[in-house]
Amino acid sequence: MSALRTSGPARAGQYLALLAYLVFLAFPFLWLLSTAFKPAPELASLHPTWIPEDPTLDNFRQAFDEQPLLRAAANSLLAAVCAAVIAVAVATPLAYVTARHRGRLAGAATGWVVISQAFPFVLVIIPLFLVLKNLHLINSVAGLVLVYVVWSLPFALWMLMGYVRAVPAELEEAAAVDGAGRIRTLVSVTAPLLGPGIVATALFAFVTAWNEFFFALVLLKTPEKQTLPVVLTHFLGAEGVADLGPLAAAAFLATLPSLLVFALLQKRIAGGMLAGAVKS
Amino acid sequence: MSSVTATKRPGRARAPRAAAPGARPRGPDPGAWFLVLPALLPILVLSVGPLLYGIALAFTDAQSGRVQATRWVGALNFQDLLHDTLFWESFRIGLVWAAGVTVPQFLLALGLALLLNQDLRLRWLARALAIVPWAMPEVVVGIMWRLVYNPDAGILNETLRNLGLGEGRDWLSGLATALPAVIVVGVWAGMPQTTVALLAGLQNTPRELHEAAALDGAGAWRRFRTVTWPALRPVALAITALNLIWNFNSFALVYVLTNGGPGGRTRLPMLFAYEEAFRYGQFGYAAAMGCVMVAAVSVLIALSLVRRLKGDQDR
Repeated sequence: MSALRTSGPARAGQYLALLAYLVFLAFPFLWLLSTAFKPAPELASLHPTWIPEDPTLDNFRQAFDEQPLLRAAANSLLAAVCAAVIAVAVATPLAYVTARHRGRLAGAATGWVVISQAFPFVLVIIPLFLVLKNLHLINSVAGLVLVYVVWSLPFALWMLMGYVRAVPAELEEAAAVDGAGRIRTLVSVTAPLLGPGIVATALFAFVTAWNEFFFALVLLKTPEKQTLPVVLTHFLGAEGVADLGPLAAAAFLATLPSLLVFALLQKRIAGGMLAGAVKS
Repeated sequence: MSSVTATKRPGRARAPRAAAPGARPRGPDPGAWFLVLPALLPILVLSVGPLLYGIALAFTDAQSGRVQATRWVGALNFQDLLHDTLFWESFRIGLVWAAGVTVPQFLLALGLALLLNQDLRLRWLARALAIVPWAMPEVVVGIMWRLVYNPDAGILNETLRNLGLGEGRDWLSGLATALPAVIVVGVWAGMPQTTVALLAGLQNTPRELHEAAALDGAGAWRRFRTVTWPALRPVALAITALNLIWNFNSFALVYVLTNGGPGGRTRLPMLFAYEEAFRYGQFGYAAAMGCVMVAAVSVLIALSLVRRLKGDQDR
């Protein structure tokens, strides 16, 4: 241990570097906050300040007046919750099988996870658009949910496979010895141990869907159906000259759910990403 | 070994067929299919299927809202694409963007990961902050940086003015500054994933080796090269390859920041293909662009893999 003690100047350098990182990472977000609480005259001032001199909530009120934020948030919530629940419900059994039985299936599953990362959305969205149009699922949250489920499957599968491997197979074998069938073993032995991993994966899928923009932009045409990220871009207007205050206020509100989930997940995210990678 | 695993592993080929009618499906295969099917169906119908359909579309003259039937046109779309200078310009911008984001992203993330791996105060704060850009919707990241870059009310120009570094400029509309400005945002937005992956990789490197190397008198740089980096390399390789792909295919950030402007200076291939497909309705042509992008990404990955393998041999 002692051999690794860092010298004084080096330590100071490390703190300086860390400080630089903190500033770089934090300042845009702080600026967003600052803009969200500034009254209109301050926003028009040629010398903007970090801290609003006369903080106000007007921007938030105005944001809700200008765009249907509540309905958009409801659409986003519906799409994200449905997508997360379905994705996890569908991915968990597959992850279980592929993690437990190494073989062709596991190889195919991992291969698909990798390939699905490599193709650009545009190659998938055009055919999906045509298919969903034939099914009359364009401009509907249901169609979007279908797309989101498939889109979040690879990563959900990846995370879940890691979590499954972390559950000792011996436990399942013991249950089998005691006469439990396959389903029974899964329900009363594996599932409880997988629980936290499943929740983490579902939350991750939720954030992915909540934040998603491209598919929503293509598939949802009328403002009543659009999700929050798409509605946010309406604030930008045609010429890009936006009403900065309401824009910042709405953007800040739209981020809160994702930030909340990530705060809950902080430790698990790293674990989940690596669980899939390291042990395979 | 218990009875179940005994039938599970070798039984994959033989055992299930022996199951008598009415017996509980104990063998792995029927049960496994039952477990696999719910995921396999949507994957086949909504992922593999559309992908193949998309590739097929690239060889047709499919357009949106056309009454006539779609016809096969062979490689016509690709021939047109070959002479489409606008597309190749966009393609070049896409490569500059992907490399320009991925490389600094990796270096900065590596630095941050190394710092976070030390026993520093405020580490918790940095860890929390490092995650924030990841959690934010890309659209919000774009909006946020537009506020930063705003020529009058933005903090960047105000800071420059206060430091006496001139009047600042309209970063996102300047022909010369738009792409670099957008790249900075790309780096900022993509750093968290890379940092988290590298940090996790670092925590797997054996600490004893570090100490042993330090006792032998190896300096920090030597220790990094001989102990840390070999352990980190697989993670670093994987995350860089993924970053390269993600960045090349990125859309939302630039759509919000500049929408491809000014004068197409930031028009990434995805933006180009999106407009071709959903503004002009040229589905077949846009699908051909998608195919070219897939091919490019595959080549990039193959090249980087080959270089890594060569690097291994040189050692």
